[in-house]
Amino acid sequence: MSTKAAIHHDEHHDHPKGMKHWFTTTNHKDIGTMYLIFSLIMFFVGGIMILGVRAELFQPGLQLMKPEFYNQLIGSHALIMIFAALMPAATGFANWMIPLQIGAPDMALPRINNWGFWLLPVAATLLILPFILALFGVGDGGAATGWTLYAPLSVQGGMGVDFAIFAIHILGVSSVLGSINVIVTIFNMRAPGMTLMKMPLFAWGWLITAFLLVATIPVLAGAVTMLLTDRHFGTHFFDAAGGGDPILFQHLFWFFGHPEVYILLLPVWGFMPQILQTFSRKPIFGYKAQVFSLIAIGILSLVVWAHHFLTAGMPVPALLYFMYSTMSISLPLAVLFFCWIANIWKGALTFETPMLFAIGWIILFGIGGLTGLVLADVAADAQYHHSYFVVAHFHYTLFVGGIMGIMAGVYYWLPKMTGHMYNEKLGKLHFWLTAISFNLTFLPQFFVGLAGMPRRIPDYALQFAEFNAISSVGAFILGLSQLLFLYNIIACARGGKKATDKVWEGAEGLEWTLSSPPPYHSFSKQPTIK
Amino acid sequence: MQFLNKVFFSLFLALSGSSAFADYTWNFPTPATPMALDTLEVHNKFMVIVCIIFIVVLGIMIYSLINHRKSKGQKASKATGPSTKSQIIWTIVPFAILLYIDFILMGIPAYHSVVFMEDTKTNADMVVKVTGLQWRWQYEYMDGDAKGIKFVSNLSTPQDQIDNKASKGKDYLLEVDNRVVLPVGKKVRLLMTSTDVIHNWWVPAFGSARDAIPGYLRETWVKIEKPGVYRGQCKELCGKGHGFMPVVVEAVSEAEFKTWAQDQKVKLAAANAGADKQWSKDDLVAKGKEVYIKNCAVCHQAGGQGLPPTFPALTGSKIANGPIFGADGKYLKDSHLDRLLNGKNVMPAWKSILNDTDIAAVITYERNGLGNSVGDVLQPSQVKAARQ
Amino acid sequence: MASHSQKSGHYFVPSSASYSVMLSAGVLSLLSGFVFNMNNFAAGKWMMIFGISVVLAMIFKWMASVVNESEGGMYTKWEDKSFRMGMITFIASEVAFFTAFFGALFFIRIIALPELASFDPEFTLYKGFTGAWPSAGPGGVVLGKTYEVAKFTPMAAWGLPAINTLLLLTSGVTVTWAHWGLLKNNRKQLIIGLFLTVLLGIAFLICQAMEYHHAYTEMGLTLGAGAYGATFFMLTGFHGFHVLLGTLMLIVILLRSIKGHFTAANHFGFEGVAWYWHFVDVVWLGLFVFVYWL
Ligand code: HEA
Ligand code: HEA
Ligand code: HEC
Ligand code: CUA
Ligand SMILES: [Cu+2]
Repeated sequence: MSTKAAIHHDEHHDHPKGMKHWFTTTNHKDIGTMYLIFSLIMFFVGGIMILGVRAELFQPGLQLMKPEFYNQLIGSHALIMIFAALMPAATGFANWMIPLQIGAPDMALPRINNWGFWLLPVAATLLILPFILALFGVGDGGAATGWTLYAPLSVQGGMGVDFAIFAIHILGVSSVLGSINVIVTIFNMRAPGMTLMKMPLFAWGWLITAFLLVATIPVLAGAVTMLLTDRHFGTHFFDAAGGGDPILFQHLFWFFGHPEVYILLLPVWGFMPQILQTFSRKPIFGYKAQVFSLIAIGILSLVVWAHHFLTAGMPVPALLYFMYSTMSISLPLAVLFFCWIANIWKGALTFETPMLFAIGWIILFGIGGLTGLVLADVAADAQYHHSYFVVAHFHYTLFVGGIMGIMAGVYYWLPKMTGHMYNEKLGKLHFWLTAISFNLTFLPQFFVGLAGMPRRIPDYALQFAEFNAISSVGAFILGLSQLLFLYNIIACARGGKKATDKVWEGAEGLEWTLSSPPPYHSFSKQPTIK
Repeated sequence: MQFLNKVFFSLFLALSGSSAFADYTWNFPTPATPMALDTLEVHNKFMVIVCIIFIVVLGIMIYSLINHRKSKGQKASKATGPSTKSQIIWTIVPFAILLYIDFILMGIPAYHSVVFMEDTKTNADMVVKVTGLQWRWQYEYMDGDAKGIKFVSNLSTPQDQIDNKASKGKDYLLEVDNRVVLPVGKKVRLLMTSTDVIHNWWVPAFGSARDAIPGYLRETWVKIEKPGVYRGQCKELCGKGHGFMPVVVEAVSEAEFKTWAQDQKVKLAAANAGADKQWSKDDLVAKGKEVYIKNCAVCHQAGGQGLPPTFPALTGSKIANGPIFGADGKYLKDSHLDRLLNGKNVMPAWKSILNDTDIAAVITYERNGLGNSVGDVLQPSQVKAARQ
Repeated sequence: MASHSQKSGHYFVPSSASYSVMLSAGVLSLLSGFVFNMNNFAAGKWMMIFGISVVLAMIFKWMASVVNESEGGMYTKWEDKSFRMGMITFIASEVAFFTAFFGALFFIRIIALPELASFDPEFTLYKGFTGAWPSAGPGGVVLGKTYEVAKFTPMAAWGLPAINTLLLLTSGVTVTWAHWGLLKNNRKQLIIGLFLTVLLGIAFLICQAMEYHHAYTEMGLTLGAGAYGATFFMLTGFHGFHVLLGTLMLIVILLRSIKGHFTAANHFGFEGVAWYWHFVDVVWLGLFVFVYWL
């Protein structure tokens, strides 16, 4: 995206040019750019995989693929979307914007930063390699276990599971390195006067994300390590005969997995108020309340994990505990929602693309959040659990909360990053197409789930046919709409109307005081904040 | 062309609004047990609550979006901004509302439902053990009139329908060869377990779903109120056959249940008697083919070619064509019979699933069909002896 | 001695370098080789050997350039603080990693085994199983493999493990003593202290190797010995691996001290390793109490 940006502003001629430059750069903006490009590519890879799935689900019966391959596709789709599309996008923004927003010269540990990025292609290769090998008759393809890798299904699985295990290890190392970097940058690199309580919310969101990552990713790494030894080295962690327990894996997985969903969204919850502030030309409402809510969400997220396997059998007190603690997450979230809306209230609103995405995001993410609230109810969850109702819930949170949120951020900061304005008309078209086809895809899934369709099945009973057909059509429109996004980004990186330094009339914050695109070493002299 | 039709049809449905959907379920299926009824009530109540929250919040937001536009000359209240005090008050309000909703409005009914749902033991009339296997259910009646009855329930939808070679029947994918029969009006305690991976026994109309975890026992209960046939599916990803593992329950009156149990016992006795008689090769092969298609074809394929590398071919397999018994008359380790009885890795252990006759028949069939021609016959009595 | 060219307000951003890309390529080769190896493909071994050589070479080059920068006076207090915070966060993530294994141990002992022993006698799958720790499980068939309960002797706390505790605790003292030496600019004390620490680390590793050997050959205690064997070896094994890493890092620091690196004012390298060593020490105490003793 910012090829030009980086090369143009070469005050320090101490780094190589061309391809070599990209391989070796330690500059936070270059690395941020690479993260973002990587994320975009993987979003398309993960999307194409699921389009295969949606095509198969268009009609009852098996048309396109064998059930084994279907199972491989959904798991890889999820792992790629979550770990290789959404997380890197957030890390990309962290790299670009945190130093700019807190007035730092760069990230605190630039080499670690560089390595953190370069581990991602390794992980992506490990995820995709088994599919390619299977084409040549080696092994039986990717992990056919869903992204949750539940033992003992994953103990039984083929070579793809081993690849997935190592991919998770590498993604974990990469995320922990990234988190260390964010934590250190925020604590050590803030410009004089930039106290924690003056720090932009995006930095706050990321700080909490980073702590959650440091606390939970290693637990996941431990869990998949046990899986590996159960598979190949004769241990019995997840095997009742040896005194182990398959549910142990679920505990460990979701101890990571639940915080993970907030890890994905905290950065977005961070920058969303900044977008709202910009386009309603009103200061952020309830800054402190938002900070405390974010912290509360971070803490609560660590203690509610078992709501993902309420049907696995637990003593009643445990069920009740996990139900109520899960429900309590809605308290800080309600505060956040309220602050966002109060931020709009009586502002002077304009509706550029980032604002459209922000508003669509609030509404649709509201649906995702509210359905999450009902999922937490143990009795009803027996019905919802692993039905398409859950699939719909988590696409309203992951796709809207995550991907659409990131899209808002992309449109918001793209002019700053490239120095050019994107095409506003196309951007708006992209928003409307995405929002409408998204609902076309996932709204029917709520109903089909309530009616009793389990998830992760390649073929379904006839009464689910109509809703699934709609959903598949929606998915293809949704996919095609993303081509507009791609085009808009590329066009914007290559040229277009020059962006001013401030870009948006109502923009606030340090990043808007620098030129667009910002100089190579962002703040060679740190600004002082009053 | 058919594809295009379908696309247009579904777009049309989507655009023409709800009237077209009249006969599709929008909500849980009609409840057939008190638990399902309770679940439905809780669900409906919660849905109303969250819809109200959604609409109220959305309303406020839309009001603002329409009226507070810059293009309408709205000036942002920038200079002063809301005072800290009013910010605090206004952020506590949603907190308090949600507190009330979470722990009172939703929390209390949810509490009662949980307790109700988890009470599997009080006044239970009978116990049925459900075992998940890749990819079928096994049912065993543990007490009462049907004590001792034990059978496996397989998907009975023909492969041709799944492959779109034949038109799909009404209960496509939701039909089995042996339905599990339960009496109406009795509290049935269901014990769940599994022999391989985690499954989940789910009938939407019962509102009960519980994981079947290998090596552990989990339980739930049902008390069916109306006779009828109830269908559901496995809902925990359990491998390639996960979508093809239906649950079909037939609820009958108590009297009918007694007759059914009696019939089953007679049949079971006959089948067991079969184990002692001497079978002809042709009878065994014919029976074996049936057993094979039902139980083995999912993995080893109808023609015996398997799905390498995971599922080995039986045609030409060293094991399927190798000797079964050693010189001492005991079956050999890693022989054909050993593999069937005890399984290995993904290959299930069939000794607790199939009876002696079935095992003998299927082995004889494998050795004399599927492109193999060993020529020998394995008698059920030999299997029976081998079990000891 | 390193002089501080303190340009105020300027943060050191290292020049670009190709270590990371090569390092990642090495990691890819190592891990995919490992997968191939576990699934019986011959190429796997060679990929692993190639991968690990690249990884080691790159780590060496990377560390070498960091040391050079440090000695070249490129780091001010500001960078130093970043490194310290980074190291603390890294150690926190290591704590989380061990939490997974301790979690598994507690879960199995407190929840899984008692549950296996608690089913109604008329329905239970395991007659007579009590679930008392140490346990290798009730046995049975899972995934087609018949698991016969391993006969093993659990590891007693008051033999080698107690000696190991003593070794590690002493090494914590010696490394602190070395640190005092550094602070007082007493190089001899620094070097002797570090040397002793390295020796103690090596002694620990030797004892652990003996313990493992004993377990495998005489006690029937293996990775496959059910829940006890799995948790025992994974916990102590990962800890041992960390001791190994810590010892290697201590050796590097020792060599650097002998070469005259580090000053009383500026010695993040030393302190980072010392923290790491203390962390390994604390984990051991947890192991001693929960794995060996209770
Ligand atoms: C980023 C992703 C994300 C987010 C934010 C959430 C948020 C929540 N989720 Fe979700 N969830 C997932 C991703 C996410 N989830 C995924 C991926 C799965 C499935 C994993 C798998 O099995 O593969 C899942 C599954 C899942 C389950 C398990 C279901 C099952 O399998 O049985 C449960 C159960 O309790 C749950 C609950 C919740 C709750 C209570 C929240 C709460 O945080 C929600 C709080 C928010 C609110 C309560 C909204 C408040 C809003 C308002 C007050 C007004 C709004 C209205 C307007 C603005 C108009 N989720
Ligand atoms: C961030 C996370 C994320 C994102 C963004 C998405 C995006 C999408 N997801 Fe995914 N999904 C998950 C996370 C995510 N998903 C998870 C965690 C699961 C659970 C997996 C499991 O069960 O283990 C899941 C499972 C899942 C299922 C359930 C499968 C099953 O249970 O059987 C379905 C089914 O409809 C689905 C659909 C989609 C669709 C249509 C999109 C779309 O939004 C995708 C849109 C993008 C594109 C389509 C690509 C871009 C466009 C092109 C490539 C251009 C070319 C286009 C054409 C030729 C048309 N997803
Ligand atoms: C869940 C899938 C599955 C089902 C159902 C199944 N098998 Fe198997 N079978 C396997 C697998 C996997 C193997 C390979 C086991 C191994 O060696 O790891 C196997 C191996 C075998 C072998 C040994 C073949 C060889 O050359 O190694 C025979 C014989 C066999 N099965 C017969 C049967 C019969 C008869 C049935 C039905 C009663 C059956 N199988 C049902 C999965 C299955
Ligand atoms: Cu059994 Cu899914
Ligand atoms: Cu969750």
